[in-house]
Amino acid sequence: MKTPTIAVIAILGGSIAGASAASGTKTLTATEETFFESHIRPALVQYCYDCHSEETGKTRGGLLVDTKDGMVTGGDNGNVQAGATYRDSLFWQAITWGELEMPPKQKMPADVIQKFEQWLRMGAPDPRLREKVIVDSGVDIEEGRKHWSFKPPVSDPNVDIDSLVLTQLKKESLTPVGQAEPSVLLRRVNYDLIGLPPSPEEVSAFTAAWKLDSEKALENKVDELLNRSQFGERWGRHWLDVARYGESTGKDVNVTYPHAWRYRDYVYDSFNADKPYDQFITEQIAGDLLKIKTDAEWQKNLIATSFLALGTKSLNQRNPRQHLMDVVDEQIDTMSQAVLGLTVSCARCHDHKYDPIPTTDYYALAGIFMSTKTYYGTTPSAQNRRSTTLLELPIVDPMVARKRLSDSDIAQMKGQLQQLTSTRRSLRGSDGANQNQMAAIRRRISDIESKLAQVDGNGVPATVTMGVQDSPNIMNAAVLVRGNVEKPAQIVPRGFLQVLPIENAPKISTKKSGRLELAEWLTSKQNPLTARVMANRVWLYLFGEGLVSSPNNWGTTGQSPSHPKLLDHLAVQFMDGDWSVKQLIKHIVLSKTYQRSSDYSHANYEKDPENKMLWRMTPRRLDAEAIRDSILAVGGGLDLRRPYASQVSETGDNRIGRGFNQDRLVASVRYRSAYLPILRDDLPEALGLFDFADTSVSKPKREETNVPAQALYLMNDQLILLESIAMAKAITKETSDLKQQIQAAFLKAYGRLPDQADIDAAKNFFSNFKPANQVAAQTSNSRNNLSRGAQRSGRPNGMRPGGTNGGRPGGMRPGGTNGGRPGGMRPGGMAGGRQGGMGGGRGGLDIPNNSPAPIPTMSAREQSLAIFCQALLASAEFRILN
Amino acid sequence: MNTLQTRRSALRTLSSGFGSLAFAAMATEEARAAEAKANPLAAKRPHFAPKAKNVIFLSMGGAPSHVDTFDYKPQLIKDTGKAGKYGPNLLGSPWKFSQHGQSGLWISSLFPNLSKHADDMTLLRGMHCDQPNHSQASMQTHTGSFQFVRPSMGAWTLYGLGTENVDLPGFMVLGEARSAINFGNAFLPAVYQGTKVTPPGASQGRRGGGGSSELFPNIKNPLLNSGSQRVQLDLVQQLNKNKLKRDQHQPQVEGVIQSYELAFRMQTTMPELLNTSEETEATKKLYGIGDDATDSFGQQCLMARRMIESGVRFVEVSHGGWDHHSNLREGMETQSGQIDKPIAGLLSDLKRRNMLKDTLVIWAGEFGRTPHAQGGDGRDHNNKGYTTWMAGGGVKGGFSYGATDEHGYEAVEGRLHIHDWHATILHLLGLNHEQLTYRHAGRNFRLTDVHGEVAREIIA
Repeated sequence: MKTPTIAVIAILGGSIAGASAASGTKTLTATEETFFESHIRPALVQYCYDCHSEETGKTRGGLLVDTKDGMVTGGDNGNVQAGATYRDSLFWQAITWGELEMPPKQKMPADVIQKFEQWLRMGAPDPRLREKVIVDSGVDIEEGRKHWSFKPPVSDPNVDIDSLVLTQLKKESLTPVGQAEPSVLLRRVNYDLIGLPPSPEEVSAFTAAWKLDSEKALENKVDELLNRSQFGERWGRHWLDVARYGESTGKDVNVTYPHAWRYRDYVYDSFNADKPYDQFITEQIAGDLLKIKTDAEWQKNLIATSFLALGTKSLNQRNPRQHLMDVVDEQIDTMSQAVLGLTVSCARCHDHKYDPIPTTDYYALAGIFMSTKTYYGTTPSAQNRRSTTLLELPIVDPMVARKRLSDSDIAQMKGQLQQLTSTRRSLRGSDGANQNQMAAIRRRISDIESKLAQVDGNGVPATVTMGVQDSPNIMNAAVLVRGNVEKPAQIVPRGFLQVLPIENAPKISTKKSGRLELAEWLTSKQNPLTARVMANRVWLYLFGEGLVSSPNNWGTTGQSPSHPKLLDHLAVQFMDGDWSVKQLIKHIVLSKTYQRSSDYSHANYEKDPENKMLWRMTPRRLDAEAIRDSILAVGGGLDLRRPYASQVSETGDNRIGRGFNQDRLVASVRYRSAYLPILRDDLPEALGLFDFADTSVSKPKREETNVPAQALYLMNDQLILLESIAMAKAITKETSDLKQQIQAAFLKAYGRLPDQADIDAAKNFFSNFKPANQVAAQTSNSRNNLSRGAQRSGRPNGMRPGGTNGGRPGGMRPGGTNGGRPGGMRPGGMAGGRQGGMGGGRGGLDIPNNSPAPIPTMSAREQSLAIFCQALLASAEFRILN
Repeated sequence: MNTLQTRRSALRTLSSGFGSLAFAAMATEEARAAEAKANPLAAKRPHFAPKAKNVIFLSMGGAPSHVDTFDYKPQLIKDTGKAGKYGPNLLGSPWKFSQHGQSGLWISSLFPNLSKHADDMTLLRGMHCDQPNHSQASMQTHTGSFQFVRPSMGAWTLYGLGTENVDLPGFMVLGEARSAINFGNAFLPAVYQGTKVTPPGASQGRRGGGGSSELFPNIKNPLLNSGSQRVQLDLVQQLNKNKLKRDQHQPQVEGVIQSYELAFRMQTTMPELLNTSEETEATKKLYGIGDDATDSFGQQCLMARRMIESGVRFVEVSHGGWDHHSNLREGMETQSGQIDKPIAGLLSDLKRRNMLKDTLVIWAGEFGRTPHAQGGDGRDHNNKGYTTWMAGGGVKGGFSYGATDEHGYEAVEGRLHIHDWHATILHLLGLNHEQLTYRHAGRNFRLTDVHGEVAREIIA
């Protein structure tokens, strides 16, 4: 039984932060004890416990005053007793209604305050200590190591993918189907590698090359696709699912993350550069701690650590300790599921129920993240009690720098600030001041201060990112009894999961958080999970199902691998190939197993309907991004250039709700879906409808639903209508012959020519369809806000613009200069002092006008052809990959 | 232990499989499967005379505390502050319980409106499930399995009974529903999965609302009238059928074909369904529509009634935010305040329209919460004992079934596992949970796997 035992062994001080564990080892004198018991305890109970004690369950301002420890640890504002003299302490300021007013409704009587003063002068002697508790673990680590996935992968050098798959097929008496047709294969490779359909020209070129030398044709195609910048967008987006990427905090108070996009671009660039996976992981966990030579490297490494910062946050959490532990838990959860495929977070409150992860291991990891400061921004407000600053980047983004404040703006704001400060001062002295008034003034002051803090002396805003830094307060964590932040038990040294057999695991120094060592431990070749988990993800994205069908759970309740030897083979190849994701993909795609057709076989299906043994390629539905991108690609409207930033960043800090939501963002953009704004709980319709990832947790595998709402989208949404019209107009330009038009449409939409049954269906359509009166086209459809005119003018149909960054507005970054700005601190330092988001204040949006788009004028013939083209895009073949 | 159980259940299935009655049932199931293929949404005959025809499932995400709502625990209140069975101190409910209706059911003061319907409700106080984690328990509540992707009970119901209105999805989901697995069809045909609808005016209503011009996204074509669109759709469907023929076996394509036909009809039926302008002010008030706290959930409850009235078979209404690890006192007041009046309104409205007798209303979270406190003002997860309730649809009124121990930790009497609960729900709908099967991967699957006992005591 894996139930931890909890032992109360001594009466000593203890707290979550090991650093403050010194409290209370000194014994009180009899006088001190008597004074406390007769004057101080009763007063605390009477005036303070209502809002600040475990007994009432209220921790207003994060402060508990029912133990000495609570007073020392303090609340949102820190240690309430600290100060040069007791008169400077927050506690004194509060009870005398100085900087704070406590109790809020009425001051304590003068004689009580006088007793407190006396007590503070004595050095605040306090006998209220916590019981020291030890949480014991019942996990048998040695026994746990016997689970298959905790043993290192072993690979026989003489095997390959196909032989391993064939052996198992034979064992199950299954006969694999043959190789896919070249056009089918091309379509498959195109979607799998870059998420886009091949153009008709690409289809004919590939088919011709295939006839000469099929193996070479495929290999060349794979190389070509791996080198296209769309590869990084496709595979980077897969990683963003795993990294639970989102551009807002989610949860109760859903506030935007206007700088998250920098991480998105970093991920896409990393996949395009084929950055070794071990390095990719290291940068995301500990980029800020890596040695660097250039500003550009420092910039990239800082942005990479956004991985740890962009999780969901409960911004209205009152208790700062609870908030810290929730952030830490979210980081452990994402890191462990994404990299290790383990649900380590289950050990937060007790030993893991199924896996050999004791709760002490969880807190060993927690210490690492508690010794880390997380910078995620957001603007403080009445609902947002937990905003942070952001990290300043060394290289100035000219698009950000453009938005400077003028001298007169700054002067005006400084003037307001002065006025507010003096009002506050005079109000404090008077009796008429109430909490609400004071709070309103404080809010306005902090609002202006945060705006001023964003800019330097010349009014130029800093270029910032989300991310992490080592905390100045390096600590080991106390185990929390049942995860309760008010119930610390013993302190455990920072460390890693014991169950994974890694010899000479890196040692964590007392002066560092240990993130760098954690990254080393995660990416050690002895780690039995890291390579396997990623190899399995790659397999999943290429086959629709992983060899382990629970890609984020490799523990005892996860699924066993369908092909254990194949899994190990891939994992070992991956590590030996310098963790190259591109090589791994190529290795798999060039196998016969990947190239099988999706042909049906009744005999096989009876035995293995889910195709676990890989007797064919499983037909898959395209994911949300591929569906939207394909409609745009086939219609000719797709803009392959990388947009600058994100629509979320253009609007700055916002709370998502009635006033600000997706509908205000979905404007006339035609870039790839990988760049659409990803607000948590508020996705773009085109993505949400087709089973986009849940952005709140690491998502290893998308769902595949099939609901009428999707059919309605494809029947009626303006995006598909406009693209179909564009497609028809382009075809009309090529040829006026109906039969050729039909052929052209099939080639564009499906990458193949129509067969007889298709031609019959088409003929039937053209003889029955009556073009509508164009007046009907003016029907207002206020939810669809797509205007194509402007974007399309001047760009001929079907032509793809060149490289990724070509023509990207402002995308050019100046070389590695720091722009003369102080504050871009190197490892060890922190960029502090900057608050909130950049790029405009709340509500000051610069969003294109979302008026209904006009439907282009069409001839009757064009209209019929457009409606025909739409039918092709709406049909099952368009979105099912064989 | 596990093997033994499985073997025993297998034997039971086998032995009954030889009986002629079971053979007849098997023949019907074959017919059902064939019919499902030909006309998947058409209304089908149940196995025996049903008590209920439709279901409204009020799903409380986050898991509400049972000891503060429907499971009165005087001993827990007495023992407040003493150590509970796992260590932490017990916390009696901060809310007062009192008896309601002629039946005298104990309900806490969190539900002043709903408690007026005590005589229509059956409290199931001996519930238990397998997992204390939200996502798994929620999956089990919906599908019977916490581990594998399986069809949800809405999908099974629709597969078993079809729908009274083939022009609307037979299984609709309202509200803050999250994971698609909970409303999925898994291996059942795609047409049985839940369709998500966000009623106009609900707080998160933009996705479905988006202003007055459109009540459901993309419900109207800006270019084509219905006749020309039908010509286009005929082409789409012919292309789909061509593909199906080429691919031979393609459930995904079959699903696409069916969803287009339904979508086409929904262009007429959905706007009518979602247009609540014909509802009187008095009715809206009954549901708490117009009041900040209750507006969102009230809209959803009203919509649920309209759906049932239109012949939708299974409606799930989701409500969230019940995960009170901390802030129990404030949080429970808020959450209950949002649902109390709307649910009471729903029951009144169904009753006065004579619909409650045919409509089974179910209220359930994914598990309950610990009788001991977490951090002074919260409760932790507890899957070993909790309460759900049912009303209408052939269940007894003013009835309490099952019990937890003196503090509310574990179900000790009238224990009802999720499998039993599912079996009971299917039974009320006239379906035998052992006979409602679907063949997949070489064997027959059921909502209740190899388990499930019908709680006959609760049937009126």
